[in-house]
Amino acid sequence: MTARYSWRAGVGFAVGAVVLFAVAPVALSDFRLSLLAKYLCIAMVAVGIGLAWGRGGLLALGQGVFFGLGGYAMAMHMKLADAGPGEMPDFMQLYGQLDALPWWWRPFASPWFALPATVLLPMLVAFLLGSLVFRRRVRGAYFAILSQALAAAMVILLIGQQGTTGGTNGLTDFQGFFGYDLDDPVNQRLVYFIVAGVLLLLLVIARQLMRSRYGELLVAVRDGEERVRFLGYNPANVKLVAYVTAAGMAGLAGALFVPAVGIINPALIGIVPSIEFVIGVAVGGRASLLGPVLGAVAVAWAKTTLSEEFPGAWTYLQGLLFVLVVAFLPGGLASLVRLVRRRRPPSDPAPVSPAPVVTPQEVTA
Amino acid sequence: MTVLVSQLFTGVSIGAVLLLIALGLSLTFGQMGVINMAHGEFIMAGAYTVYVLQKVISDAGFSLLVALPVAFAVAGLMGVLLEFLLIRRLYARPLDTLLVTWGVSLILQQLARDIFGAPNVQTSAPDFLTGNIKITDDLVLSNNRLFILTLAVLAVVALTLGLRFTSLGRRIRAVVQNRDLAAVSGIPTGRVDRLTFFIGSGLAGVAGVALTLLGPIGPTMGTNVIIDAFLVVVAGGIGHLKGSVIVAFALGTLQSLVEYSTTVSVAKVLVFVAIVAFLQWRPQGLFTLRTRSLA
Repeated sequence: MTARYSWRAGVGFAVGAVVLFAVAPVALSDFRLSLLAKYLCIAMVAVGIGLAWGRGGLLALGQGVFFGLGGYAMAMHMKLADAGPGEMPDFMQLYGQLDALPWWWRPFASPWFALPATVLLPMLVAFLLGSLVFRRRVRGAYFAILSQALAAAMVILLIGQQGTTGGTNGLTDFQGFFGYDLDDPVNQRLVYFIVAGVLLLLLVIARQLMRSRYGELLVAVRDGEERVRFLGYNPANVKLVAYVTAAGMAGLAGALFVPAVGIINPALIGIVPSIEFVIGVAVGGRASLLGPVLGAVAVAWAKTTLSEEFPGAWTYLQGLLFVLVVAFLPGGLASLVRLVRRRRPPSDPAPVSPAPVVTPQEVTA
Repeated sequence: MTVLVSQLFTGVSIGAVLLLIALGLSLTFGQMGVINMAHGEFIMAGAYTVYVLQKVISDAGFSLLVALPVAFAVAGLMGVLLEFLLIRRLYARPLDTLLVTWGVSLILQQLARDIFGAPNVQTSAPDFLTGNIKITDDLVLSNNRLFILTLAVLAVVALTLGLRFTSLGRRIRAVVQNRDLAAVSGIPTGRVDRLTFFIGSGLAGVAGVALTLLGPIGPTMGTNVIIDAFLVVVAGGIGHLKGSVIVAFALGTLQSLVEYSTTVSVAKVLVFVAIVAFLQWRPQGLFTLRTRSLA
């Protein structure tokens, strides 16, 4: 069984790599390709949510916080690199409230600090909140509300500290990305290739995690936390790993979003975008590996396409998606695929997917 | 000293608004164990009820008083409809209910935008609420804040008495404490759920009426206040009203005192930190129902 699965996974990985690296850059215009880069960043967040929510039952409604931490860390570095050594970023000079760079901006001038920080900073915040919350067995809807409140608090803080964070405008208007001119379409393509490569890497990590003993344990915690506890494991640690991993993925996504799209601001990381990350995962299939990625890209694409022409209609459609998919198709589109496969004649013996079907019992009250 | 007293009064009036918003939420959350994200939009519906009634009845004071029961009914019926169509089908999936009701709230917001327009609208405050009561020269209590405080106290008293002494209240308590046992004792749990949702959502409508006295009415007004209300319910614990009452006033006071010494944004963050710290001490909230279940 294992041999067959790794064979299939290898083929799937190769197909994905060919589509992302060979077909898309040829078939799409520069503009479309940079849009795709944006969608792929959202898909990275979705991979993490799929792990934490689909496999672990942790409804993380505040992934925008981690996306934002990664994004702001990268944006701060790029702002400082644009400004040159010892200089203040343009927007700080504009507001004119500060004489010198705030102390917490200083380390981001070094890429050796800023780049690891895009991933480690979100993981640290997730670790702090998660270890406080999971150890005291705060769970279910309580956890969802707290993670959402974190997003609200972060946005309020960013807007309130306008002089040092850019406020509602956020950080934007970047010129260079590690010495490469971002206005040059060739360099935009380079950013796209980095984004696509990182997404594939995250998928490999997520797959290995899901198929490891840890992945089994995570599903077990989702389906019967008390039983896992009675077996001698500590469910708090199991959940913490999933939450921190998802936070790191969201941070990386935010960090790549900044050069790919050219902006990070509070409207991209607040409550609404945080919950929009979740809908793509739900549409694609929360417990599957590829479902969240495809769902996130599809929903982000639909949003761009529809909301330009019919902004009102898109909001209705988005609301309906939430209602219909979550209420009546909790396994997402991935469960439809599984349904079709099951209808096949029994010449195909082994169960097709190791992913458990989402059942009503999966949620802890 | 007077500064402290006046900040305390501000805190109590912030707490009263929080309480009005959280009261209905606490009722429905305690009853069904589900979080209703569309609760904020029921508040919005209550607020727009005032707006519509002022178009019909021009007298601001009279229309406000008429709006209280009408908003209760409008928001309550929306709640019953939501419960009947969606929530009861998702009974064993509380997290999914959260997402589904979020979808409903998106649809309701867009409906409000299509009906009333995207810009905020304003209602005129009645004369008897525009003045102040001067206690000392420094301590001035505004009438509309006092009105909201009275409304919140009345709502809590009515709900407490209703839960304690009426037969519906007894049934609600029975279902909250042990749904299965209530069902086998002959209590129609489905009907009790629907009535609870009517009352809880209706209270959201009343809260919406109160909010028109404090600010403009807009399609996203519900989203702006709902997170604070959730935090009140989470920290207060489910199944007990007194938890929500204490936490609402405590948070309001905390926020007003911290706001006085720092800024609004820092105050909001500190309130969040305080709640996470508080949950370390009481993970299930201030008051909990003692049951034998593990989950």
